[in-house]
Amino acid sequence: MQKEYIHIILADDDEDDRLFFTDAFEELKINTKVNTFADGVALMNYLNQPDAVLPDVLFLDLNMPRKNGIECLDEIKSDEKFNDIAIAIFSTSSSEEHIEETFVRGANIYIKKPSDFATLKKVLSDVVTLNWQYHTSGLNKDNFLMRI
Amino acid sequence: MKIYIKFDFNTVCRKVLEDQLEKHKIKHRILGFGEVEILEKTETVAFSAFTAELAEYGISIIENQKTVLVQKIKDTILEMIHNPELVTVKSSVYLSEKLSHSYGYLSNLFSDVTYTSIENYIIIQKIEHAKQLMVSGQLSLTEIAFKLNYSSVAHLSTQFKNVTGITPSAFQRIINKRKEIALKK
Repeated sequence: MQKEYIHIILADDDEDDRLFFTDAFEELKINTKVNTFADGVALMNYLNQPDAVLPDVLFLDLNMPRKNGIECLDEIKSDEKFNDIAIAIFSTSSSEEHIEETFVRGANIYIKKPSDFATLKKVLSDVVTLNWQYHTSGLNKDNFLMRI
Repeated sequence: MKIYIKFDFNTVCRKVLEDQLEKHKIKHRILGFGEVEILEKTETVAFSAFTAELAEYGISIIENQKTVLVQKIKDTILEMIHNPELVTVKSSVYLSEKLSHSYGYLSNLFSDVTYTSIENYIIIQKIEHAKQLMVSGQLSLTEIAFKLNYSSVAHLSTQFKNVTGITPSAFQRIINKRKEIALKK
């Protein structure tokens, strides 16, 4: 029942962030396959393809051109075929109200974007490890809320 | 009369497998090349009946011994959390006695397969259990802390915050708001 790879997708318009992100995953112990998209439209086009490999965890940057993270979140949450995807919001904002709002809309994880590489690695590792426990131990994803 | 038959083994095996999965009402997806993904947790009894019937056709499930032992560790941890009164010794002693392996061995194996430690896994599961109890809304947080063997409600709250990054009351608020929205739809 165990899969060999954890599929990860990141949608973020900042090229440097995408690069950091991919590098961080390469250094983790867990085997991952990472895909990135530069904006919400490109992401949703990919996810809506009938043969798309859906990610286990989707990291969404909130501020993106064309379609922002919240719009993607709402679209994903309104379609049952995406039920198994854990959604992590990647943001520079740490307003309490904002954070709670994204959780209520269905996000599972809220990440305050770390400014250095070591913290980013630690954060991503924590997220993916906890998600792995939900995945392999049949935990209830409706109760999966994590802020880091 | 004599007839001649040609078999397609793959089709036969697949058909047998599918029929048995249907018969035992196991939700599944056949991935090909002898791989089946079980989509829902199946009861142990139903699953043994399924494997026994498959065995009659010479089909058996390949089990990796390590994975099996890790599953046993997980099951034992759940049992410990749901029946704390059974556990009178330290969890490491309990696990090692129950599974007849040294704790060091269990602990290394567990980390290799699950990417987390036994200690951490116990905490995650306890917090998950606390969440379920909170969502069902029948117990107060103080009662939940007592039921899960925390020394105080503060201890539970701190651990909850450490694992999830949010407080129990924020968790409760978010889940309630989600329920309200779901009801409106």
